[in-house]
Amino acid sequence: MPGLWVIGQPTADGSLAHISAEVATLGRHLADQAGTDVTGIVVAADPKKAADELATFVPRVLAVTEPAAADHAWATIAAERIAALAKEQKPDYILLGADPDGRDVAGVLSVLLDWGVLVNATAVTWTDGGPTVEMSVFGGKLITSSRFTNGVGIITVRPNVISAEAADTPGKVETATVDGELSLPPVKVVDRISEAGAAAPIEEARVIVAGGRGIGGPDGFKIVEELAEALGGAVGATRAAVDSGWINYSQQIGQTGKIVKPQLYLALGISGAIQHKVGMQTAETIVAVNRDPDAPIAEFADLLVVGDLFEVAPAILAELRSRSG
Amino acid sequence: MRIVVLTKPVPDTASAGERLGPDKRLDRAAVPAVVNANDEYAIEAALKLVEQHGGEVALLSMAPPSAPETLRKALAMGAASGTHVTDKTLEGSDTLSTARTLAAAAKGLEFDLLFAGADTSDGGAGVVPAGVAALLGLPYLSYAAKIEPDPEKRSVRVHRISPTGFDVLKAPMPALIVCTQALGEPRYPSLKGIMAARSKEIATHGVGDIEADGAALGGQAATTEVVESQKPPARAATQVIREPAPEAAKTVVAFLAERRII
Repeated sequence: MPGLWVIGQPTADGSLAHISAEVATLGRHLADQAGTDVTGIVVAADPKKAADELATFVPRVLAVTEPAAADHAWATIAAERIAALAKEQKPDYILLGADPDGRDVAGVLSVLLDWGVLVNATAVTWTDGGPTVEMSVFGGKLITSSRFTNGVGIITVRPNVISAEAADTPGKVETATVDGELSLPPVKVVDRISEAGAAAPIEEARVIVAGGRGIGGPDGFKIVEELAEALGGAVGATRAAVDSGWINYSQQIGQTGKIVKPQLYLALGISGAIQHKVGMQTAETIVAVNRDPDAPIAEFADLLVVGDLFEVAPAILAELRSRSG
Repeated sequence: MRIVVLTKPVPDTASAGERLGPDKRLDRAAVPAVVNANDEYAIEAALKLVEQHGGEVALLSMAPPSAPETLRKALAMGAASGTHVTDKTLEGSDTLSTARTLAAAAKGLEFDLLFAGADTSDGGAGVVPAGVAALLGLPYLSYAAKIEPDPEKRSVRVHRISPTGFDVLKAPMPALIVCTQALGEPRYPSLKGIMAARSKEIATHGVGDIEADGAALGGQAATTEVVESQKPPARAATQVIREPAPEAAKTVVAFLAERRII
């Protein structure tokens, strides 16, 4: 069936990844604009849970059971099955998340289908019979709009581009089978290690409280965490803080870490070097606390408090608590 | 063990001069190039592994004619040689064409492991390595925080960063591994390394020299095009607060409330 496909990415426990709920919502809106159909695709060892969840967002979901996905890396296997299904049913455009799994699937799908990829969409609209994909490039210095030249394509969509929003009526889940051996070598998952206190993904957070070199050490992150909790947000960090071993790489924002676009970015002891700036400067509101009024972050924060973060941050926390209390 | 690292010269982010040319493609001549930061982690990880297991690190790059200047910096870190694919027709390549070109060029090289950085600081797509792996039929192990090859058993274990921790992956070699910063900080080239890099070989290939299996390459085969670009709306001027902490905190919270963030 021609139209749009949205890929439902399963999490480790088989439920639908949050990013896929957003992508599905975007796909539904886009299909409305285009006057075409939108179909969700889930490939997993046990696709039921993720497929049911995906069906709350789109009218039709195809669930593909792929036993190999139970103990093998998901993306390559999923991409192969999606590609086979796409060759048979001929969708025009495929949307997925611009997160690690989504990027992996997009890369494999692209070469299996000979389709182009537009990446890291910050908005997608339907114009002149096809999608126009807006993205922020060069670390937010430029916004470009791009299109596919041959009427088909793959789009990876950044988190927080749209709020996940269920459809008025839930969709149907159908079972689809894809025959044939997998031709790309599956990669065995021999162990899954859960990190104690693994934090919520920062790309999805509406509020991020981040610490940099000025935090001074792992203990300094306590106030960052407390403020993040009080604001219902996630903890972020600069490369300096990560390289110093104060916090996990998964929390790093910037050129070699994650790109985020939260409603609020509260930067504590962060100078705002370009490598960090490119990861966060598209945040809607940036508030910084820094001793140095001439730090680069003074150039692009909305509000800069000049002062000692270990005095200002606890004061903000106390003020928030008294407000809610 | 032989490791080939996909290495991309990218515009230096710190130069802040990146721009599109009249053809709406990145104007690569406008800005000094550096080795893509994520590729430096890949090179570092590769160097550490050959120091431990023996062998050699080589670079593979698809880039404009000026690339060897940038690749010398990676050779100065300790890579032994480089392959540079460059061709006028490759200008304006999209990610699909780039994956095809790199895969075709990699076919002509010997390696046990093929490394790539998690994404590039210019395009930021992060989809090319997966495409290269699929085209070459290699096991694909992405977002590595730890890489443990076993050259005798011809296998490799990788800790892949997952949303909740790590997935431990195992595959036979040769394989393609996507490297992240979690593998460790890249070394600075030593003076000796810089001197040695001058005489290291960088082989240059045109499109005609690689086996692309007839697949369309370069700008003429591009499946995507930029139709418009604009500067983001300028941020309002920064409001600077220099009050004692309790008053400053009240100002911050009032500001957040005014913007309906809290």
